Amino acid sequence: MISEALIVSAILFVIGVVGVLTRRNAIILFMCAELMLNAVNLSFVALAKLHGVTGHVFVVMVMTIAAAEAAVGLAIVISVFRHFGTVEMSMLRRLRG
Amino acid sequence: MNGFYEFQFYLFSLIAIASALLFVTRKSPVPAALWLVNVMFALSGLYVMLDAPFVGVIQVLVYAGAIMVVFVFVVMLLNLGRSEIADFRSLGARLGAGLVALALLANLLVVLRDKTPRIALAPAQDNVVTPVATSLFTDYLVAFELTSLVLLVAIVGAVLLARKRVTV
Repeated sequence: MISEALIVSAILFVIGVVGVLTRRNAIILFMCAELMLNAVNLSFVALAKLHGVTGHVFVVMVMTIAAAEAAVGLAIVISVFRHFGTVEMSMLRRLRG
Repeated sequence: MNGFYEFQFYLFSLIAIASALLFVTRKSPVPAALWLVNVMFALSGLYVMLDAPFVGVIQVLVYAGAIMVVFVFVVMLLNLGRSEIADFRSLGARLGAGLVALALLANLLVVLRDKTPRIALAPAQDNVVTPVATSLFTDYLVAFELTSLVLLVAIVGAVLLARKRVTV
């Protein structure tokens, strides 16, 4: 069962990577990052069945950091939207030569 | 009894992967967010199957209940329900992303092939919170306290970044 859970975790992580690589909307990019964090959490929980309860503690930590990251990231998105009027990453080209 | 757990495990895995695929292919942000909530519910079911019901509850409360609400709230606040330009990148970028995904998936699957022993799924024990709490408040106490600092900094930073500029 553990290797199946790890395979599911790998598939979810890769789906998140594909989302980050193919989308332009900043909010959807953040959601893909959350999906990747969830995939890693799944592998933590699966391996906690082998190596004891430490994995669960790590999952709690990761969730806290994910909440903080979502708050700050969405604040940045709101700030960017006020400044540029869009959240499409390809429109933010002020630093492009 | 064991077959029952295996069936549920595969069912939740299937729901999670299908919802993740639907999430990543939706054009507009709100259906994407709702499919992601679906992924998180399925993952919480998987956690319960993997003998971690406490983590499953936290998953529903924190991820599906709090973080995704913040996402949907920001979508509503910025009025992004309809995207005016195409959200997906060009065909070349998508092909490249597919290649990267295949390479990464092959890599991960090769790494974890035949490395883990098979352990049969079992119903969770009665007391699931005490081991986590004991570990969290003894071995990882410093990390736990530092997490509160991270949250404080995140609160201050979010307020500072998202407020309107006021002339002082």
